[in-house]
Amino acid sequence: MSKPVYLATVGMSKFGRSFPETRTEELAIQALTAAADFVKMTPAELKSYIHTCYYGHFADHFGDQLLGEAVIHDRLGLDPLGNIGVKPGGATGGSAMWEAIKAVASGYSDCALALGWERMDEAPTDEGNHLISAAADKDWETPMGHIYTGYYAVMAQRYWKIFGKSEDSFRRTMAEVSVKNHGYARMNPYAQAPMKITVEDVINSPIVADPLRVLDCCLMSVGSACGIVCDEKTAYELTDNPLRIWIGAGSHTLRVADRRNMEIPLPPNEKVGQYDDLGTRFPGADRYPGFTSFLAARVAAYYAYNMTGIKDPCDDLDIVELHDAFTISDIQSYEDVGIRPYGEGRDYIESGDAYHTNPLTGKPGKLPSNLSGGLIGTMHAVGATGLMQIAEVGYHIWNRWDEIHEDPAKWKEFGREKPSDWTSLQVKGAKRGLAISHAGVGSHVTAAILMDPNHLLKED
Amino acid sequence: MVKAEEDIGKVVIKDGRYKISGKFSIPEANQPIFNEDTGKLAGITNPRDMTYIHTYGGEAIFFESLAKGKLMASRCDNEKCEFKGTIHEPFRIYCPDCLRKATPIDITEKARKTAKVHSFIITARAGAFNSLKLPIKFINIEFEGVSTILMGYLSFGEPEMGLRVVPIFNTKNPTYTIVDLSWVPEGTAESELPEGFTF
Ligand SMILES: [Zn+2]
Repeated sequence: MSKPVYLATVGMSKFGRSFPETRTEELAIQALTAAADFVKMTPAELKSYIHTCYYGHFADHFGDQLLGEAVIHDRLGLDPLGNIGVKPGGATGGSAMWEAIKAVASGYSDCALALGWERMDEAPTDEGNHLISAAADKDWETPMGHIYTGYYAVMAQRYWKIFGKSEDSFRRTMAEVSVKNHGYARMNPYAQAPMKITVEDVINSPIVADPLRVLDCCLMSVGSACGIVCDEKTAYELTDNPLRIWIGAGSHTLRVADRRNMEIPLPPNEKVGQYDDLGTRFPGADRYPGFTSFLAARVAAYYAYNMTGIKDPCDDLDIVELHDAFTISDIQSYEDVGIRPYGEGRDYIESGDAYHTNPLTGKPGKLPSNLSGGLIGTMHAVGATGLMQIAEVGYHIWNRWDEIHEDPAKWKEFGREKPSDWTSLQVKGAKRGLAISHAGVGSHVTAAILMDPNHLLKED
Repeated sequence: MVKAEEDIGKVVIKDGRYKISGKFSIPEANQPIFNEDTGKLAGITNPRDMTYIHTYGGEAIFFESLAKGKLMASRCDNEKCEFKGTIHEPFRIYCPDCLRKATPIDITEKARKTAKVHSFIITARAGAFNSLKLPIKFINIEFEGVSTILMGYLSFGEPEMGLRVVPIFNTKNPTYTIVDLSWVPEGTAESELPEGFTF
């Protein structure tokens, strides 16, 4: 990339399952206003810097409204600036930001807005399930049940057998992901599903597609989030503390069926030959990526790490937000992005490294994951999700996580009760973070890296 | 709403164009949404009766063959392709590597002799418009000599990884969709097959 790109500000709306008396534009305006507040500007002042707009909104068939981008753009009062819609499924938020970054990196734009939203509350649940399942192949997959969770459940079955060796303990580790993320959501006033639950609660929740149960699955949400990226000059006009940002992207076939066996590509912290005995250590693991891994995530991380000089995510990063669409896919992605080698993803949870405070040692977790509450605990308003993750990683590096999550007035405004045991999840001294945005059954993945500009790993 | 036979929307191609008959797009009035607690108007329903018209293009042979009890796949026969000889199931019209037209091949026998369950799930839930009986037993099927793993559903017995399965086809009352292809464990008796299906 030619020009360094800076993240100047971010913002989010409240997230919820349904907003029967709030139009989508009201949520988008909430998010952009929050971004203005964050750099102590009025929305009008912030808007005066924006040159190009990228809108992330995936499922326009839910809203029966094409060109919804034009509606939001108008209501944000951003005409006549150029704008375009971005819609690669669950990776829509990350991809909208990917586009904004490229506009600035290329020198085309000095300030670009990436703003995403989704609303899935305007269809009956059964029809909503059908509309979501339309993201599978129309001829070869969707007619078999019109339900999406199944595509992840077959992965869970396979992964549990091969890498989890069919152990009950692996099932419990999957459940721990949900316990962790619902628990962190309790500290987040924006979150839709804060819950103090146990592994047993997860394992005994209603079955969606065996072995995945309701509490293994992400939320269906409504809401909006945004971020503004700039060149260096503009970024420092907006704020004294912009962050650096990069995004790598990858893809793989829409149908998992079409994924041919291949050699495992290696990120910088893995060695040639280290998987030669994978099939011996884990019988059945002789096919890559098969039903256990996401090539798109590995490729996105590979590019992102190489762009930014990251050698080992566990050593070089302080915070990650992963796309925990399902407990199983969260564990799969630990391996894809190199936090753990293939086959050993469960250890990231079991070691306590993935927690804000390691439950085994009481010390700070090595690489805390999804302190926002993630897609399981906070929201999956698809087009906004990747932008929410980037915002949440940013809050830690800005050292302003408390300011966003603590204020009793915000809890009150959102009509949510602040827990009496509310605790700060600010990762102390966070300088670098990663956010993964993931679509389909791994059809598109983006890997966003955020860094404090004084703590880069590689010279421009 | 169930339509009378003469009202069912149908489409044929004549002189290279779609010709439609029957009743489409039946209007249903919008209904207001009131907040019962405040008595105020909040929104509106937008009912739609929609029918999509969709071409199978070069994949039509696959779906038509199911009704004849045949499982078609495709193979790249391009001498210059790095991946010549690769068999794809799902069927692909073009080889994804060289983008030359692939050759449709009949893999029914290969499926009968080598199909195995790679992974599976049983789901008690489905979305609107689902036509299969619940619970649905999804299976992912691997075949010897085929590069990919087909998704399908098991119509009899219980799925497990490695289970040998054989294809069955809805030849008696075909829907011309992927659900005309189903699978049963090897050795299943003809009498156990669902209505309309044959080996
Ligand atoms: Zn070829």
